[in-house]
Amino acid sequence: MKTIANYHKEFERGEYTPLELLEECLRNIDPEINAFITVTEELARESLKRSKKGRLRGIPIAVKDNINIKGVPTTCGSGILRGFIPPYSATVIERIESEGGIFIGKTNLDEFGMGSSTERSFYGPTKNPYDLSRVPGGSSGGSAAALASGSAIISLGSDTGGSVRQPASYCGLVGLKPTYGRVSRYGLVAFASSLDQIGIIGRNSEDVGLLLSVIAGYDKRDSTSSTNEVEDYENLEFPQKGIKIGIPEEYFEEIDEEVYNKVMEIKEALEKEGFSFKKVSLPSTDYIISTYQVISYAEASSNLARYDGVRYGLRKEGKDFLETIRKSREEGFLPEVKRRILVGTFVLSSEAIAEYYERADLIRKIITWEFEECFKEVDYLFTPATPTPAFPIGERTDDPIRMHIPDRLTAGANLSGIPAIVAPAGFVGHLPIGYQIMGRHFDEKGLLSLVKLVEKIKPFKGLSYE
Amino acid sequence: MNDYKVTIGIEVHAQLKTTTKLFCGCPTSFGEAPNTNVCPICLGLPGVLPSLNKKAVELAIRAALALNCEIHKKSIFARKNYFYPDLPKGYQITQYKSPLATSGKILVEGKEVRIKRVHLEEESAKLIHEKDKSLIDYNRAGIPLIEIVTEPDIDSPEMALAYLKKLQKILEFTQVSDAIMAKGELRCEPNVSVSKEEGKLGTRTEIKNLNSFRAVGRALRSEVKRQIEILERGGIVEQATIHYSEKTGKTRIGRAKEEASDYRYFPEPDLPPLVLEEEWIEEIRKSLEELPEERMERYKNLGVSEEEAKIISGSKKASKLFEETLRILNEPLEISRWLIREYRNFQEPDISAENLANIIKMVLSGKLSRINGSLVFKLMVETGKSPIEIVEERNLIQISDPEALKKVIEEVFKEQPKEFERFKKGEKKLLGFFVGEVMKKTKGRADPKEVSRILSEYEKN
Ligand SMILES: [Zn+2]
Repeated sequence: MKTIANYHKEFERGEYTPLELLEECLRNIDPEINAFITVTEELARESLKRSKKGRLRGIPIAVKDNINIKGVPTTCGSGILRGFIPPYSATVIERIESEGGIFIGKTNLDEFGMGSSTERSFYGPTKNPYDLSRVPGGSSGGSAAALASGSAIISLGSDTGGSVRQPASYCGLVGLKPTYGRVSRYGLVAFASSLDQIGIIGRNSEDVGLLLSVIAGYDKRDSTSSTNEVEDYENLEFPQKGIKIGIPEEYFEEIDEEVYNKVMEIKEALEKEGFSFKKVSLPSTDYIISTYQVISYAEASSNLARYDGVRYGLRKEGKDFLETIRKSREEGFLPEVKRRILVGTFVLSSEAIAEYYERADLIRKIITWEFEECFKEVDYLFTPATPTPAFPIGERTDDPIRMHIPDRLTAGANLSGIPAIVAPAGFVGHLPIGYQIMGRHFDEKGLLSLVKLVEKIKPFKGLSYE
Repeated sequence: MNDYKVTIGIEVHAQLKTTTKLFCGCPTSFGEAPNTNVCPICLGLPGVLPSLNKKAVELAIRAALALNCEIHKKSIFARKNYFYPDLPKGYQITQYKSPLATSGKILVEGKEVRIKRVHLEEESAKLIHEKDKSLIDYNRAGIPLIEIVTEPDIDSPEMALAYLKKLQKILEFTQVSDAIMAKGELRCEPNVSVSKEEGKLGTRTEIKNLNSFRAVGRALRSEVKRQIEILERGGIVEQATIHYSEKTGKTRIGRAKEEASDYRYFPEPDLPPLVLEEEWIEEIRKSLEELPEERMERYKNLGVSEEEAKIISGSKKASKLFEETLRILNEPLEISRWLIREYRNFQEPDISAENLANIIKMVLSGKLSRINGSLVFKLMVETGKSPIEIVEERNLIQISDPEALKKVIEEVFKEQPKEFERFKKGEKKLLGFFVGEVMKKTKGRADPKEVSRILSEYEKN
């Protein structure tokens, strides 16, 4: 599989040109898959002319449509933002531009990132390129499908409860959710601010490391971004044999047997390489979904209050302010988002806040503490990424509880702010499935190095367009 | 009517004197064309994040220190959620459970008003209502405010006014806010209740729409009257929002509070807790000057007369010199006297506390006569030399030695034999004449008290 570095070598040797690469990606855009909400062909061609140097020169990048690019519509997969064109770019976008990256389009997502399947978009569901009857995972399903179908080389997503890692698992890709604060959120349309983190979906660890090197680092426009020094994620080395890897038993409960076996194959391969595994326990894992729901819905109910039809987006006139706001929101949001806003509004209400929001906040601290305790014993945690491969479109849309099942394996990293990566473990039938590694705060380099080693010892040859 | 106890608490919003908004870099300038001082952040566009303005924090700390509050080293921003078109994000960023400062107090006409809390928050936009539509100007959205809340310690409309005037003065003097009511830089919402029963508060109402001191006074008096009338009739005061009309000078009941609004406060996840370094707070504390009024009280307590205390405390330079000199020489009355009589005569020249203290010390120890003390002061201002230098150069050391003075007195008697005879016979008024002659002869160096004492001995003979 070609890495960005491979493309750059070909560009240098004149074997292949950035324009040819762009044309190829554009050709691969498949309306059936519906990975893109907006294809920014013109912008891509324009920036290609200017892209002479930089670590991402000439590389087509897909951007989840909740990250602002100046002058390109941001929809967040919603109806209420119809017609909204941001007058500014997200910090990550500016950083990518300054390294010569080419934006090929804005990718589909569950409305405002609320979903685990990319079925709940105002612009229709995205399909999994490996099986068009199945979901690509959510909510960054568009970004994952764009890569898996060959219409971008790397992509940006956002991960609030696993929204970068689940689609990576379902689409046979590498998905990284960095430490909270590692990447600026400025310009990422908020779903749940304390959990959201811009993440990367790529085809291999090296590409993901390269893009992380470009976008990571402190941003004075995001007060929650970290001033910790940015490590070199571009030149990855293989991990040292002395590291200890934990197997949290709770993360292996209720996993499909075939998924379990695939993930175990990765473990065994690593053991053969001399890495030691150790069983550990994270007893609060069973509270992850409910804690995640209470906190993310609460924050979402507040973050989505600005969509009121007053300044931009959809407006439905009423007889007074309040009726205009009510009508615009009534029409502008799909049912899942309304459900979450209502629940979020309830858990913050004065009669419920102590019972729900404040309690969830406390359990969040316990979950974080359990991770910290684990990381005193082991350096990394190894788990499946999702309990099953991609499920059929429509199977879970009426069942919010089942829809949240995969979050149990991924949302813990968001609640505690630690970094986590998902990479391909192989296939279950014709569907890819991923494993997950979680690490200590700011140890993105360690995660990427482990994935790089797995790529060497158990190469994944899955991309359907190759 | 007099047996009703009035209880008033006041919430004040003051605009901080920053050049940029609380969470973005937009200017705070007044009177610009609508929607020109705006950016994605203060418009709350999708994806923006707030960054806290350090200057606003500094000014809020200054205000809190001037109000004798306890500053919390860690405070937390919260979201106050409600829908209104003037609120770009659907919530206001404010401080709630964990404010910047609490537990302050100030003296108002000798009575203590406790300050419950001081916190930072952002301003909303301005709605302009036209006949068939409403327009919004977001220039004000995001302008930094502090909210200052008192405990219900105010017991009359007059005291409420005095409190507000004092608060305005404090904010102005500390350069926290220009606090001009007409410009909306200072807004207040008093709440008021009346009660006949000792120790029991009545139902309180909250008065809105006040934009001048006059309105505050009139509205409070009118509301107190309205509540008493209701109670006198045997009625019940309803908890409500009260509107005041400038035209009629009367309050009327607005929307009765059906239910308290639920603002669903929760910690603002986009801003980390505001953590203040002790050193910074101390730096600000040091840079804060005492208010003139407080300074005057302090001087009065040292025994300085009210009139003198007022004059000295009213001048930054004079009060600084007063305090510095006081630190060297604990003679407040003496220092105050020199500042009033000499220092002000020369239009507050730049002199050091040490030099002033030295002149006073020499006079008090009898080394220098008061008359020559004045001369030394004048020469010090004119030449910039130190008083000790001047005294030595000009040989101004006071003569107090009785023998030496006797010699001079004898000389004077010889020169004025006739007067001396009359003096000896008991003509008392000539005592002053001879003191003057001795002073002339010694060029002011003689100690006049000692001269009088010696002269009176001659008289007795
Ligand atoms: Zn602004």
